[in-house]
Amino acid sequence: MDERAKMSARRVQVYYGTNHALKNVDVDILDKTVTAFIGPSGCGKSTFLRCLNRMNDTVASARVEGLIEMDGRNIYDSRVDPVQLRAKVGMVFQKPNPFPKSIYDNVAYGPKIHGLTRNKAELDEVVESSLRKAALWNEVKDRLAAPGTGLSGGQQQRLCIARAVATSPEVLLMDEPCSALDPIATAQVEELIDELRSQFSVVIVTHSMQQAARVSQRTAFFHLGSLVEYGETGTIFTAPNDPRTESYITGRIG
Amino acid sequence: MTVGLLSLVLLGLSALSFILGRQKALASVKGDIRNLHSLPSYCGAGVALFTGIPASLLMIIWLLVQPVLIESHVTDMILPEDIDTGSTRELVMSDVLRIAKGVDVLVARGADEAEITKLINNPAALKTRLADARIALAADINPHVAKAAAAYRTKVATGNNWLAVSTLGLAVAGFLFALMQVKSTFRARNVVEAFVRVLLIGASSVAVLTTLGIILSLVFESWYFFQLYPAKNFFFSLTWAPKFGGGSDLGIWPLLWGTLYVSFIALVVAVPVGLMAAIYLSEYASGRVRSVTKPVLEVLAGIPSIVYGLFALMTVGPFLRDWFAKPLGLGESLSSVMTAGVVMGIMLIPYVSSLSDDIINAVPRALRDGSYGLGATQSETVKQVVFPAALPGIVGAILMAASRAIGETMIVVLGAGAAAKLSLNPFEAMTTVTVKIVSQLTGDTEFSSPETLVAFALGLTLFVFTLGLNILALYIVRKYREQYE
Repeated sequence: MDERAKMSARRVQVYYGTNHALKNVDVDILDKTVTAFIGPSGCGKSTFLRCLNRMNDTVASARVEGLIEMDGRNIYDSRVDPVQLRAKVGMVFQKPNPFPKSIYDNVAYGPKIHGLTRNKAELDEVVESSLRKAALWNEVKDRLAAPGTGLSGGQQQRLCIARAVATSPEVLLMDEPCSALDPIATAQVEELIDELRSQFSVVIVTHSMQQAARVSQRTAFFHLGSLVEYGETGTIFTAPNDPRTESYITGRIG
Repeated sequence: MTVGLLSLVLLGLSALSFILGRQKALASVKGDIRNLHSLPSYCGAGVALFTGIPASLLMIIWLLVQPVLIESHVTDMILPEDIDTGSTRELVMSDVLRIAKGVDVLVARGADEAEITKLINNPAALKTRLADARIALAADINPHVAKAAAAYRTKVATGNNWLAVSTLGLAVAGFLFALMQVKSTFRARNVVEAFVRVLLIGASSVAVLTTLGIILSLVFESWYFFQLYPAKNFFFSLTWAPKFGGGSDLGIWPLLWGTLYVSFIALVVAVPVGLMAAIYLSEYASGRVRSVTKPVLEVLAGIPSIVYGLFALMTVGPFLRDWFAKPLGLGESLSSVMTAGVVMGIMLIPYVSSLSDDIINAVPRALRDGSYGLGATQSETVKQVVFPAALPGIVGAILMAASRAIGETMIVVLGAGAAAKLSLNPFEAMTTVTVKIVSQLTGDTEFSSPETLVAFALGLTLFVFTLGLNILALYIVRKYREQYE
């Protein structure tokens, strides 16, 4: 096990009913690092991502086996409250999903339910700093009371990132966060990911190889439910060990 | 030819023209349907429509117009001296129609035309014959009236013959016209679809026109009422005391108050229970529980309200009286606002829960995931994300339940009684607008006194009230509907 590992997964299996969706996955997520999961659709990368904050618990037919540890503690232990785990392992989804509330309340949602602030002034501060971290503050500071659903797609996604950042997570999971965004918004989000790396580890699932190469330090390639290769992003993209990885990166399978 | 037979013949002609049209379409391309603009069955249907529709329309209009024309003609034949004192032209005319109908019966029993002519010329014999056929006439038949009846019969017969001829003629003309059009480029599909569109427009306008008709009839009758009874007293008097001898007090407030009070209690019962049931069913219940509970809850919605009324009368009423009203010293009435309200609330529970359940289920899963992803518990997610997102729809559901409560009658009759009263005590008997509408119109009534016409004013008030609620519900739903999209 890597010394710098924030989270580590060993022999993880996931079943959806009788469908064996994820087979024997071993991955170490390093602290203050961006890790990219790549692979063709249906390869299990999103499934694995959702294991890391136990979001699969909300799917009735899903069953997870194997060991996933965070800071050396098994997150699937019966003593672990998935709700508290998810406060520490934040998540941003593929499609922007702001709540039908004001921009302010969207960001304040996490801090409020977890009691992270003592008074309104502190909450204001958290909201502002989160929006700043998500590079959205300047665009929305004059209309914090406006509904979050009224923002553009890129702004909505950054709002969702601000919302996740506001609970001060230790790991941030991003499930294809840019797939619904235009190139400009994508560039903004990528820049943001790079900044967030200084505070916590980021795991990003992406279909864009360029994006994985641009933002990540480590890359894992999934294929047909198995982890094919995992290592330094540079190595994966320039000198992959596995022929399947090379085929995917060069566009021969997908 | 009778109308029924004529319709059958038209139907047969249409079916025949369908087959012929289809065959001609096939023949025009020598069986290769790829060269047709429309499929052969469309061509057939197109020809059938041209055959059947104009002819049926003609028949319908003819049947509406012919009686009016003939009657006005025959009425003109009645001379002023034929009308006895105390009688009117309309009464004589109804005699004419009765005799004509009676003669038809005689013909149906085998009397030939010569015999009928003889009878027409001998009114006394005609009367006996009609009496034999169990068609009683009050007075002796005036010879002139008998002639009018005979003239009426002839005109109807001629009219019916012309009807058959012209209808069938139009059907054949339509058929030939359409059949000539049938070739490979005939756009039968467009014709058939245009017809379907007209049909759909017709169906939707039936609903709209009916509503319009209801409103107009209510408005006109209410107008008569306000001619007889001052509107000021109706809207501002606090007593409801109709006397059929006249001099009634017809203030709407006791009734409106009863309606609002009962509906309020019903909603106090139905809304929390229904909403919580909906939240449990949509958010917490496992698939198995849901598949059992939801239908069971919806069975409640299928129970006729009179059965709920019996439940109120036999079970809830005595229970509330013996365990609440009497110990609390609030009265001894078996029927009370509380009884009706509680039972009505039970009736509305499935209504609220089923509508709200659908609305809550429509909240996108992405919103729930977003909340769970931030470490919210299920109940926090429901309270702070799902419920607010579903709120506009839920408000709409509640307002619809409210309109139902306001319009409910049977439960109130059996549960709350029929005494119009203005009181705050929920254990006292009161009554509602709908109950009074029924009681004002039951029994022998003539629509000329304010005591009966008041029912229409009450109905109109109720209509405006529920319409307002429904519009409010629609407005709320529309305004907030797209919030999470």
